[in-house]
Amino acid sequence: MKRQRTDTSEVWPRMTRRAALLGTVQLGLMGVLGWRMKQLQIDQADQFRLLAEENRVNMRLMPPSRGLIFDRNGVPLATNEPVYRIVMVREAAGDPHEALARLAAVMPLEPEAIQATLDEMERVASFVPVTVKDRVSWDDVARVTANTPALPGITAEVGLSRHYPKGADTAHVVGYVGPISDYDLSQIEDPDPLFQIPKFQYGKTGVEAKLEEQLRGQAGAMRIEVNSVGRVMRELSRDEGAAGADIQLTVDANLQAYVEARMAGESAACVVIDCASGDLLAVGNAPSFDPNLFVRGISVADWTALNENIYRPLAAKAVQGAYPPGSTFKIATGLAALEAGVIDPNETVYCPGYTEVSGTRFHCWKKGGHGNVDYNDSLKYSCDCYYYEVAQRLGIEAMSQMARKLGVGVRHDVPMSAVAEGKAPDPAWKQAQFNDVWRVGDTVNASIGQGYVLATPLQLAVMTARVATGREVTPRLVKTVDGAEQPSGAGGPLGINENSLRRARASMFDVVNSDRGTAFRSRIEAEGMQMAGKTGTSQVRRITAEERARGVSKNEDLPWERRDHALWVNFAPYDNPRIAVAVVVEHGGGGSAVAAPIGRDVTLQALYNGFPPLEAYPAERREEMAQMQVRIRALMDGQPVPVFERA
Amino acid sequence: MSYLEYQVKYVPSGLKKLLYVSWPLVLLVAAVSSMGFIMLASIAGGQIDTWAQPQIERFGLGFVLMMLVAMTPIWFWRSMSGVAYLVSIGLLVLVELIGEVGMGAQRWIDIGPLRLQPSEVAKITLVLALAAYYDWLPARRVSNPIWLIPPLLLIFAPVVLVLAQPNLGTAVLILGTGGAVMWCAGVHWAYFATVFGAVGGAVFAVFESRGTPWQLLHDYQYRRIDTFIDPSQDPLGAGYNITQAKIALGSGGFTGKGFMQGTQTRLNFLPEKHTDFILNTLAEEFGFLGSFTLLVLYGLILLFLFHAAMQCRDRFSSLLITGIGVSFFLLFAVNMLMVMGLAPVVGVPLPLVSYGGSQLLVLLIAFGLVQSAHVHRPR
Repeated sequence: MKRQRTDTSEVWPRMTRRAALLGTVQLGLMGVLGWRMKQLQIDQADQFRLLAEENRVNMRLMPPSRGLIFDRNGVPLATNEPVYRIVMVREAAGDPHEALARLAAVMPLEPEAIQATLDEMERVASFVPVTVKDRVSWDDVARVTANTPALPGITAEVGLSRHYPKGADTAHVVGYVGPISDYDLSQIEDPDPLFQIPKFQYGKTGVEAKLEEQLRGQAGAMRIEVNSVGRVMRELSRDEGAAGADIQLTVDANLQAYVEARMAGESAACVVIDCASGDLLAVGNAPSFDPNLFVRGISVADWTALNENIYRPLAAKAVQGAYPPGSTFKIATGLAALEAGVIDPNETVYCPGYTEVSGTRFHCWKKGGHGNVDYNDSLKYSCDCYYYEVAQRLGIEAMSQMARKLGVGVRHDVPMSAVAEGKAPDPAWKQAQFNDVWRVGDTVNASIGQGYVLATPLQLAVMTARVATGREVTPRLVKTVDGAEQPSGAGGPLGINENSLRRARASMFDVVNSDRGTAFRSRIEAEGMQMAGKTGTSQVRRITAEERARGVSKNEDLPWERRDHALWVNFAPYDNPRIAVAVVVEHGGGGSAVAAPIGRDVTLQALYNGFPPLEAYPAERREEMAQMQVRIRALMDGQPVPVFERA
Repeated sequence: MSYLEYQVKYVPSGLKKLLYVSWPLVLLVAAVSSMGFIMLASIAGGQIDTWAQPQIERFGLGFVLMMLVAMTPIWFWRSMSGVAYLVSIGLLVLVELIGEVGMGAQRWIDIGPLRLQPSEVAKITLVLALAAYYDWLPARRVSNPIWLIPPLLLIFAPVVLVLAQPNLGTAVLILGTGGAVMWCAGVHWAYFATVFGAVGGAVFAVFESRGTPWQLLHDYQYRRIDTFIDPSQDPLGAGYNITQAKIALGSGGFTGKGFMQGTQTRLNFLPEKHTDFILNTLAEEFGFLGSFTLLVLYGLILLFLFHAAMQCRDRFSSLLITGIGVSFFLLFAVNMLMVMGLAPVVGVPLPLVSYGGSQLLVLLIAFGLVQSAHVHRPR
């Protein structure tokens, strides 16, 4: 056999060695590849599986329907109303310009809306529905639906939006929802995922805000499979969530509507409370506003108008407004004095028209004075000097203690916005607040509900109900939540001597029904319906000595904002108290002239559960009342509320 | 005159050659390609005619070419080495002038229904040329510096042209393949040590200089390098693809989600799923079992190539087979490192599996050359 060429055979061993080395390197690298496969596909498989699921599965939140709000008789106060919008999907619609032109031929469509739609479509993927027009009428929806074959890619969608059928009547009690804002979100610690839904309707004021958690309900969720650009491939599963709880208020919608209509034209508040249960039958605030304006976000013009109105339509004066209670506070002062035994009910105090207290002259409202006045007369005539005397004997501590016992200067827990605390003052408070000592003059002022004493209409109503029943009635606004009855406001005994209470009630009866009582003109004649009450007129300014000398005390001569507040509290029927009413008319003038008639009418409306027969009024009032009933019926039937105007 | 020519009479002839074809290698190539067909059908959502059918047709054409090449004597291919090399360089120049650009940096020339990527061709013709050169060069001159110049020129001509496309991935593969052939040809290890040392030193210097007064590159260039090396720094750009690719691969787990059940693939999270990232689809739908099986098949192909190279007793044949083997190995190794997040994404397809005409044809022709060398080896 021929010998092989040396160069070839020489190369061989090295070649084999080198190839083997190369093969080893390759084998090593393949080992790395295999190890990496094991690492990713076996060791970390669960983690990647999770990531793949997160990729492909999207959660779509389905907003639950918000709980409804009803009045005590089941009349809806807040409902969810279907709202329609027209949406367009570009990939199904073909050329968007043509599609929108076809749509414009079917329903009215502004050029701006068309442009906005086209702009939006530039931004989103072709399969994403774009809203062409929101809040379209049912007619337009019908037209679009009927023309579906001619309008590919264009559909009408339905959503739910809050609606307040009673509008302004219940605006302050029910409150309103509005689109959740970034500010709202920043205030919430653990935000519900629902809040991510753009323009999600969230309770802003009133019951809507205070019971937001119960009303909102549980979000439903839909698991959908999406591809890398977010197109929905299919629905994987669906969890329906739970609708919000329905809420029943203690308010009577009819009475509430009457109260609002009765106060139309005033800047006023009125609270009607059930004496036995503490149920708030009506919480009236005038002027009011249309809460429906806020639901989709209020326009700047509307907001400015409401906000700059000097009669503050947005304020729930019945709970937020703290006023000097004026003479209505004499009920508390008198009871405190009787309880403390500093004065005998039959003891008389001489009223010359003023009282000198440590060098300062405190005037009675009646210039010439009332002469000799006992407890009964003091309330009946609303004599100030009697209380100046009583106050000096009693001291502020006992007076304020009684006020708080009766619910004045105490924040009542009702689910409305910005519920005020009022003020039953004492020396410690004054020291802390003003760094000043308490003076006898302060006590004297406080005794007639002036000075530092402040009360909300709600507190005045609670005070009256407590006096009427002798029990610690607490106000209740929510009757049921999701069908569950809420705790009653009927409390235990107040711990005030029944004799004292009886005297107070009897004197309040005389205020209305004695021909020298301050509210005699507002008496009720119907048998078994008679009321007992107390007028109040509280100053919002100090009357200077010079003014007094000139005799400038006529309200009509003053600008509106410097006039006295008119107040009124009453309970009825006298024999068997069912309701208590408090009325405050801001800068309304005298309590007996302005506030008491409102209290009387509201009382009758509540007792008769509708318009009372004219026979309930004294004969001389019946014609006037007939006219007023006609006017109020018209207002309640939806006539526009007259613009508040008082020169 | 090499060993081969002395022993021609011991070489099989006629149809007898078919008996000497390495059928296990043919079967392995067909098996790997079939995995590709299945995946292409799956990615197209069960549609055969989208990708699978064209791929099968090209495989058929390539298979015929492979057998034709295999039946032709290896010494004919050796004599054609120089011509083939010059033609492929000419094509690279031509594609630079008239070629079309697509998918980042691949350049091709449309020849009828076929898209010819000259860079793929150049890889094989370079191996041919180098093998022929070292077959011709007496062994004692192999490490002579003067005789190192021609092979280096042979290597750098296509590397420079491919880099100009710019196709970094393929350039690196060509460089690696050429270097491997030189290594096997017996070039002194000191040269390799010098080159590795120099490259390593340069890289080290570039990174060490960062933030120093004598910084070698601009800041933005460093940032580019950073994202290139670690795409997760750019999670929405380059990082998105590799992240999704790893999710696809890892979520397959041990047994996979099943044929056409890969969510990452079906829902389009996976990019380039029928070309560069086809391994991830395979791994997602057939799990570790699928991907590891492919790795084993590749390994077996390499084993048979190594075996064939060792059986050939002439330098041309064994260098040719080794070169093709290294080229094949680099293709799938770089691709797998890339799609598993161990190497930067440089656009290298998975050999025989990824959708792509010219690469499949070139690979099959290369396997034809291997078979030709195997069949025509003297016995």
